[in-house]
Amino acid sequence: MKREFDVLVIGAGIVGTACTLELAKTGLTVAVLEGDTVGSGATAAGMGHIVVMDDSPAQLALTRYSQLLWDELVQSDPRPHEYHPCGTLWLAADAEEMAGVELKQELYLSHGIPCQPIGREELYRMEPNVRPGLEGGFLVPGDSVVYPPSSAAYLLSKAKNFDTTFIRGQVTELVPGGVRLADGATLKAENVVVAGGWNSKKLLPELPMRAKKGHLVITDRYPDFVKHQLVEMAYIKNAHASEGDSVAFNVQPRPTGQVLIGSSRQYDREDASIDFAILGVMLRQAFGYMPGLAELSTIRVWTGIRPATPDGLPLIGPYPAQAGVWLATGHEGLGITTALGTARLLAAQLTGQPAEIATEPYLPARFSEELAHV
Amino acid sequence: MSEIKLRVNNREITVKENTILAAALANAGIAVFRESVQGEPRTFLCGMGICYECRVTVNGAPNRLSCQVLCENGMEVTTSEAVLPTGEAGRE
Repeated sequence: MKREFDVLVIGAGIVGTACTLELAKTGLTVAVLEGDTVGSGATAAGMGHIVVMDDSPAQLALTRYSQLLWDELVQSDPRPHEYHPCGTLWLAADAEEMAGVELKQELYLSHGIPCQPIGREELYRMEPNVRPGLEGGFLVPGDSVVYPPSSAAYLLSKAKNFDTTFIRGQVTELVPGGVRLADGATLKAENVVVAGGWNSKKLLPELPMRAKKGHLVITDRYPDFVKHQLVEMAYIKNAHASEGDSVAFNVQPRPTGQVLIGSSRQYDREDASIDFAILGVMLRQAFGYMPGLAELSTIRVWTGIRPATPDGLPLIGPYPAQAGVWLATGHEGLGITTALGTARLLAAQLTGQPAEIATEPYLPARFSEELAHV
Repeated sequence: MSEIKLRVNNREITVKENTILAAALANAGIAVFRESVQGEPRTFLCGMGICYECRVTVNGAPNRLSCQVLCENGMEVTTSEAVLPTGEAGRE
C-alpha cells in the first residue's frame, strides 16, 4: 500500500467523502481514512434533510450554496441518493409565528430562494394529518431529502475515478507531516484534513466544539401520512438554546412511506444510549403537531452526536495551530446539507484558488483565542 | 366453541373463537400477507411478534402484526393481493 499522499482526509462521512472527491478533482493524490464503515457516524444518524437555514447570513449563504450543489449532483441520477424533492413546510402555530413567516419570506426572496406563505386552508389540504388550529405555514419547495450513507458511498465511488485511495484504519494521532494509525503504521502527507465530525475532538481536543446529542425515531410504512418535511417555526428558538435539553417538532416522509420523527438536543452527552425521558418529551412534542403519529408503529430509535461550535457555523479551513492541518468539521445538524459547499471551500483554500462564496465566516482562525491555549 | 365471521379482502371467512389472525389467514389460503419495499412477497414466519413479516391491515389500521391479533367477529382484514411468483402455493 502507498504510504505517501498529497492529502489525507480523516473520516469517510458525508463531509470527508465530499472533500475527497473535490480535492481529487484538482489533481491531488488523496487518501481517505475511516475506522468504521463509509457514511457511518453522524452521516448515518441524521435525517438527510437538505435545507436552507437562516440563523445567520453566513449560515444562509453556506446552506443555499450547498443546496444548489446538491441539486446539480442529483440531477444526473437521483437514485443513488434516494433523493426525494419533498420541500420543507414550516408550521406556524399562532399569529406571532405567522409574522415570522413574513420576515422569512422577505429574506428568502431577497436571496432568490423560491418560497411561499401557506394559508390555513391550504395547509390542511397539503397536510391533512396536522392538528387543527394552526395559523399557517411557509413552503420552501427547493428543500429536499437524501439518504446520506448512500450519498457518501456515491461520492467515494466518484472519487475513485481520480487518484484516490480508501484506507480502513483508525487514526490515533496527528504527527508532523502525517498521521499515525491504531496499528502503529504512519501515513505521510503534506496536508491532513480532519473531517471526523464529533470524533475530530479526539484528535484535536482543543477544537471549540461541544457534543449535541440527538434522537430519531422511524416508523413502519404509512405512505402519504405526511408529504413534506414538516418543521415548527419555533424550531430555531427551540433548537438553539445554548444550555439544557430541548426538543423541536421535525418530521420527514421517507420515500418508502416511513416517517422519520425528531428532534432532540442534549449538550455534552456523548454516549449512544437512548434517553427515554427526552425521547418521551420529543414524541409528545411531535404528537402535539400530528396526533395521528401516536397511532403508528415505530420500528427503531437511535441517537447521533452533532459537533456544535459556539457560533453554530462549521470549521472550514486551515487549523491555525499546526501548518498542513485543515479542518472540515463542526457542522452541528447541517453536515449533510453543507457537505458539498464545505468541500468546495476547503479545496479552494487548500489549492490557493478563489472560492465561490466568502470563506471568512467559517475559518477556524475566528476562534484563535481558544485555539491559542493548545 | 363458537364460530365468528370476519372479512378478509372482502371475502367472508368463518373461524373458531380465539383463532390467531395469522393462522386464520393461512387457513384461508392466503400465502402473501404483504409486500416488501421492493415489492417482494412476504408471509408470517416467527409467529411470535418478532419478525414483523406478517403485517396486515386490521379494521383500517395498517401494519398490524397478524400473529399477535385474535380474530374478532366482524373484523375487516386486508392483505396484499399478490400471489407467489411460482404460482401454485399462492392460489386460493
